[in-house]
Amino acid sequence: MPKIKMKRGSSSIDMTAMTDVAFLLLTFFMLTAKFRAAEPVAVDLPASRSELKLPESNVLILSIAKDGRVFFHVDNQKVRVNTLLEMGKLYNVTFTDGQIQEFSLMESFGVPIAQLPSLLDKTPDERNAIVQSGIPMDTTDSKRNELSDWVHLARVSDLQLSSSGEIESKGIRIAIRGDGFVEYPYIEKVIETLQDRKINKFNLITTLKGAAGIGGANPGAEEEADE
Amino acid sequence: MADMEVADKGGDGKKRSKKLSTKVDMTPMVDLGFLLITFFMLATTLSKPQAMELNVPAKTDDTLDQTVVKESKALTLILAYNDTLYYYIGIEEPEVGFVDFSQSKNVEPIIYDRQKKVQEQWGDKDELVVVIKAMAASKYKNLVNILDEMSITQTKRYAIGEFTEVDSMIIYDIIQEE
Repeated sequence: MPKIKMKRGSSSIDMTAMTDVAFLLLTFFMLTAKFRAAEPVAVDLPASRSELKLPESNVLILSIAKDGRVFFHVDNQKVRVNTLLEMGKLYNVTFTDGQIQEFSLMESFGVPIAQLPSLLDKTPDERNAIVQSGIPMDTTDSKRNELSDWVHLARVSDLQLSSSGEIESKGIRIAIRGDGFVEYPYIEKVIETLQDRKINKFNLITTLKGAAGIGGANPGAEEEADE
Repeated sequence: MADMEVADKGGDGKKRSKKLSTKVDMTPMVDLGFLLITFFMLATTLSKPQAMELNVPAKTDDTLDQTVVKESKALTLILAYNDTLYYYIGIEEPEVGFVDFSQSKNVEPIIYDRQKKVQEQWGDKDELVVVIKAMAASKYKNLVNILDEMSITQTKRYAIGEFTEVDSMIIYDIIQEE
């Protein structure tokens, strides 16, 4: 009987096509990825089951640290710089071109405006090393509430720049990014500051609570409603 | 090598270069590629923050503008220290109690119960108005949790009120008992 010869297939696969796909996707994700900038303060976010996402652009974020210090963050560079110039005019603080340039690169800060020039003269590494005291907000005296002015002028800048066509914006969105362990009066003060500026709609930034809770809670609510 | 040369010379004189395989093992490269893809995919989705919307009433000094809530429609929740939540229904003879709010689910039975009673009395559970009051010692996460519970229990009408003397009087007895 003739022996049946098994044809031996090569065990190696041509990986070239797969590599192509992998790197194509890699390039795509690398280009679309937006990295978080270094924050001057750590914020431990509370969890919620809300699935609403914050818009990616044109947001104004007020971070509130565990000890109540407030940090100001505007994502759009043009709005940020314009706000700084307006604030400088209001508080008679002048900034050099270098400082303005530095500010446009600084995502988040939390110092009184009088200390801002010296903060901007520092290198980013030095800045991370020092403890920023937070933006002052005194709700009893509206003339000295810097936070209120920052928020107001950021909104004005956003409106001006979008109406002149320099940026695309449908109005800046304001969000509070509070630490879960900060005591309520600090949050209340920030909310009051916003209310004083007639901002009655804003977002609270949270993390998503464990998915296990989502299925369990809502069917119960419907059951109760039917009764 | 020397043998080869000799052999070549002995042949038709053609020089033969050694043929190297042009194939490269791409597997590690693919591994690396997919590892980086995974990283960037996760980094992109995670950096988009979750948010919850909060509407507060416009500030007004005019007391006439302030909404008055009927006692029979109201439920007052007070956020206190140590993740405790006090609640009361009615003012004249209040029904007072507290729950451990470290598990935010614990408050749900109270809200559902109240919804049912309001539905019996007014014919619509959405008539219920939950008034949330935070004591100075309460933590921000308690506030986020209770706002979250509002959406979970589908409470349409709720407001954040100021913690007043009246409130502390009402929950005073129960704090003593604790």
